[in-house]
Amino acid sequence: MIKIREYVKVKNLEEAYQLNQKKSSCVLGGMVWLKMGSRNVGTAIDLSGLGLDSIEEDQNEFRIGAMVSLRDLETDKGLEQYTHGAMKESLRHIVGVQFRNCATVGGSIFGRFGFSDVLTMFLAMDSYVELYKGGIIPLEEFVGMKRDRDILVRVIVKKRPASMAYISQRNSSTDFPVLACAVSLFHDGEARVTAGACPYKAVRVKDEKGYLKDFLKKSREEREKAAADFGKYAKEHVRTGSNMRASAEYRSHLIMVLVKRALLQAGGGENGN
Amino acid sequence: MEIKFWLNGRKIQTEIKADTLLLDLLREKECYSVKRGCETANCGLCTVLVEEKPVLSCSTLAARVQEKHVVTLEGLQDKAEEFGRFLAGEGAEQCGFCNPGFIMNIFAMEKELSDPTEEEINEYLAGNLCRCSGFMGQTRSILKYLEYKKSQKEKGEGE
Repeated sequence: MIKIREYVKVKNLEEAYQLNQKKSSCVLGGMVWLKMGSRNVGTAIDLSGLGLDSIEEDQNEFRIGAMVSLRDLETDKGLEQYTHGAMKESLRHIVGVQFRNCATVGGSIFGRFGFSDVLTMFLAMDSYVELYKGGIIPLEEFVGMKRDRDILVRVIVKKRPASMAYISQRNSSTDFPVLACAVSLFHDGEARVTAGACPYKAVRVKDEKGYLKDFLKKSREEREKAAADFGKYAKEHVRTGSNMRASAEYRSHLIMVLVKRALLQAGGGENGN
Repeated sequence: MEIKFWLNGRKIQTEIKADTLLLDLLREKECYSVKRGCETANCGLCTVLVEEKPVLSCSTLAARVQEKHVVTLEGLQDKAEEFGRFLAGEGAEQCGFCNPGFIMNIFAMEKELSDPTEEEINEYLAGNLCRCSGFMGQTRSILKYLEYKKSQKEKGEGE
């Protein structure tokens, strides 16, 4: 059970940053994961008074505050439209509405959890994180960084036109995913494929052999072949592991299937089959 | 530390510890409808409304409801009784332990979704687990309740 000695609702980011330099301090997200641990927290830092609970949208990007709930992310019309429903699909299976009203974008992204649907989805988009001291850096770079004591302020998603899809496999409804896969087929020709819950933290499956180049311009038959080939490539190149939900072998097989389906779905196939 | 908030429309001022969970505070304030279930944010038994949104009180720090409006089933007795008749009519409860959290989420859904389909209802209530009913009776009772509310509304508008 978590123990908290002091709770501070900070007035600005500098105060949050200064308080967070102590190892015993902890920035609060939605607390749904944090409270299941047995940590002794000296100072719990609450960012909820800083106006970081809104999604700002302009012509070029979405600016998503760290305290935006997963439910707000799920129901945001702009994001739903931009991602062709993929954002909503990535979130709607996470436990229940009450849970998603508690859990925050900041907590999900900063935690870089292996089971994260949220990280898998954002990593497939042209996403960046805004850190109080570290500035704006690509999300992929952030995922690879060691945890530090900076403050995650926002997640920024550039509105590069793209077709997207998100698919996850669960042993039972509302459970953690056994595997998750997100695809963005940018209209400028780039394809981004991510795999999550492998069960390691989400990774990009880089198309080093160019299977997916100009995927959207390919004929239906060419797409099917490219998707199948890239699925096999993903199976060979993504590290998978075993846990209580599935074996590494099963995950490796699953990744081949989900990558193919997500590519075909993003490319215009109804369900990727 | 001291917090002030509204509980079922009544202003409350109370002392809490920094790590007091909303669930514990509400039960301390005699809102016994708020149940402690899994404590892993999965079962939905502890659902209450904060600023009209359903949240898990087992995962919410009490300090975070400062100056906010919290509603538990005790604050919605008339509505709960009305819906309870539909639950009973469909034989949709056995032990009843999950009912308070379940009913709170139904009221939240009623506010958020207009004319939901059965699929949408099931999706909205996926975070409310019931270990005895199997959900079929509950779904029937919700559909009948929503139909009843719709007809009441139409009748009101027609008059």
